[in-house]
Amino acid sequence: MAAVILSAKALVRSFGGLRAVDGVDLDLLSGEIHALIGPNGAGKTTFVSLLSGRIAPDQGQITLAGEDITRLPAHLRVRKGIAYTFQITSIYPRLSVFDNVALAAQARGAGNLKAEVHAALLRVGMAELSNQEAATLSYGHQRLLEVAMGLALNPRVLILDEPTQGLASGEIAGFVALVRSLVPQTTVLLIEHNMDVVMDLAQRITVLNHGKVLAQGSPTEIRSNRAVQAAYLGVDHAET
Amino acid sequence: MKIWILHIAVLLALVLAQLVLPPYHANNLSRILVLAVFAMGYNISFGYAGLLSLGHALLFAAGMYGAGMLVHHAGMPALPALIAGGLAGGAMAGLVGLLALRTAGVSFMIVTLMFAQVGFLSILYFNGVTGGDEGIALTGPQRQILGLDMTQDTPRFWVALILFAIALLVKLALVQSRFGRLMLAMRENEERSRMLGLNPFGIKLKILVISGVFSGVAGAAYALLFGYLGGSFASVQYSILPMLYVLLGGAGTVLGPLLGAGLMFYLVDFTSGLTSAYLMVVGAALVVLVLFAPKGILGTLRERWLPWLP
Amino acid sequence: MEGLVKAAVLALTAVGLSLVFGVMRVVNVAHGAFFMLGAVLAWTVAQYVPGDPMFGWFAALLIAPAIVAAIAATADTFVLKRLNYDPEATIVATIGLLYILEQAALSLFGPDAKPVPAPFNIRLQLPWFGYSGYKIFVVFAAVAVLLAVWWFMTRTRAGLVMRATQVDRQTARAFGINVDRVYAGVFALGAGLAAIAAVLLVPISQAHYLMGGDPLLLSFIVVIIGGLGSLRGTLVAALIIGLSDGVISMFWSPTLAKIIATAAVAMVLVFRPQGLFGARA
Repeated sequence: MAAVILSAKALVRSFGGLRAVDGVDLDLLSGEIHALIGPNGAGKTTFVSLLSGRIAPDQGQITLAGEDITRLPAHLRVRKGIAYTFQITSIYPRLSVFDNVALAAQARGAGNLKAEVHAALLRVGMAELSNQEAATLSYGHQRLLEVAMGLALNPRVLILDEPTQGLASGEIAGFVALVRSLVPQTTVLLIEHNMDVVMDLAQRITVLNHGKVLAQGSPTEIRSNRAVQAAYLGVDHAET
Repeated sequence: MKIWILHIAVLLALVLAQLVLPPYHANNLSRILVLAVFAMGYNISFGYAGLLSLGHALLFAAGMYGAGMLVHHAGMPALPALIAGGLAGGAMAGLVGLLALRTAGVSFMIVTLMFAQVGFLSILYFNGVTGGDEGIALTGPQRQILGLDMTQDTPRFWVALILFAIALLVKLALVQSRFGRLMLAMRENEERSRMLGLNPFGIKLKILVISGVFSGVAGAAYALLFGYLGGSFASVQYSILPMLYVLLGGAGTVLGPLLGAGLMFYLVDFTSGLTSAYLMVVGAALVVLVLFAPKGILGTLRERWLPWLP
Repeated sequence: MEGLVKAAVLALTAVGLSLVFGVMRVVNVAHGAFFMLGAVLAWTVAQYVPGDPMFGWFAALLIAPAIVAAIAATADTFVLKRLNYDPEATIVATIGLLYILEQAALSLFGPDAKPVPAPFNIRLQLPWFGYSGYKIFVVFAAVAVLLAVWWFMTRTRAGLVMRATQVDRQTARAFGINVDRVYAGVFALGAGLAAIAAVLLVPISQAHYLMGGDPLLLSFIVVIIGGLGSLRGTLVAALIIGLSDGVISMFWSPTLAKIIATAAVAMVLVFRPQGLFGARA
């Protein structure tokens, strides 16, 4: 069994009276693609925000390769190798595609910026758009630029928050191939609503519901899990 | 390449201007060049990094009094005092930044305004040392830079131009460097920057300090070249002027501050012949710019025709 | 009594600033200029009304704030609205407005301070010391205006509309509220309050084209200490600052008092942006 690279223990985070994340344990194994799914409001984005350091946990512990990073500010976690791509596209709109990716590369002290940026853009198939202003890109390309910025960080763990949201089906196939090509050098934690993508990519799946882990296992196990079905059906049909 | 040629050409044109312009205008140009250095400092923080400060008069005054006090009270020669002025501006910017950068946006504007006001009032309060409202006039022997006499128009122009040239080329190199890209990143998307592993607070603090050094050098040069330091240079108005120059010339352009300072200087010069209410012109210019040309002259040029303009 | 008068005038001015910031998220640097304009216009009106000073002053109380409010509404419509109320652009624009108004006042009214006679000169004689009847009147008038503002904001439909816009501009628009008109109204109301404060104060001090600086600074201090946008906090802070101002200047020179106050307020904004009395911890 592969080593644990990123580990969350009993994480808790409340907003007002709501426990958005309520005692979640999760171990990411080095080199795996791990999907995090759950109905809307299950606490997925809050949970990965705790991992990436965008918000601080009320309780619990986060370790990266055995080192406690619970109190580390976000930008230092990124330097240690946890990259996060935003659910709502967050790029530098008035800078060129090159500059967007170069900022990621130079943030980790890359030596040859041109080569590194080119390599990252090549992987997402945007090398020829290098000089274009990011704001003028199509939505799909902006999502890919976001991923390219994540790649240019050369992360140990890449957290993708709903990366396929808003992509056309043709673009999704290319995206799936891209993510698959990242492992095992990089470990991927994927928040995703598109079940086809999840079942296709993930080796293991964690299901969150009401801020707690509902189930964890392989795609087959999750598919046949009664509780998961209920949670999803419950959200779809319950009147409350 | 083309970029460096353009900026060298501008510097050569300024040399030529000194040779052909009548003394009155050549003298004005000296003032404009020093004010442009101040505006370049403002542009570094506001135009490139998006830090809208309303307190840069404090940094200008720190340089002015840093240099002027050393010359007047301690008898320091002008050149080291000029450098000391730059350091004073940078140190003051660092101090203000440590506090003010905990805030952002509107709060940042008000906090910087208030710190500058504290500085202004302190200069008035400690009038025994600073000369307060009256100010201090520097004498001829105190204004010798490398054997050049700053009471004479021509050597004064050359010193102003050399200072401006250094500032311009440093700024050009800065905005084209990796650090220049970081500056833009602060303006464009701070949260994204944090999630790329950058430390926005540290980067913005560095930017403010660099901006402070420019402003401080400009303040010191103003005192030494024109022989006077006074409390009014620390007033709110001297925080607004560089902003106006930058807005007019083009925020986030290397040459914008020079263009803005020059145009505004002559606009005020021209209208003050017609009316005493020249501040009305400043006010109207602010409103018109912010309404109709928020990108300024060079910013608009860059957007339409010259995308390569730094 | 001096402290109470100061607090009353300050509260009126600061509530105007606070209202504008609270509803529109606009930091109005020209607020002091509106105050000054109110005073200068009061002098002008008083010049043209013959007879007892009382008529001139009461005419000024009606006319000056109305003119100032109209100027503010115009500025809002032609400048601030077109900037889409972008916070930073509006600050720059209101700085421009401040310069324009100050210079206009200088050109039209000259550089001298203009006295405006008080509407009445009654002294309230108590056994130990006397009070100027007018100063007592100022305090009561300010309280009355503040109560009216409070009533307007909490009990009338227009006030409700303003508060709704403050909570959420988009939703207010969706509910058919004419946000542009609300904003123009709020900006005019804020400026008008400053002008009323100035008319109340002007028989005690004098009208001068540079008189807007101190009220602006003090209003900022009050609004920041009271918590940005909180009317109740603004009132409490105005009372404390107005009353303590006299005490402070007994120990220190006015300049030193200003230095300390300004630095302290900057620190409040840095370390407690919600104000000293803000609800959020």
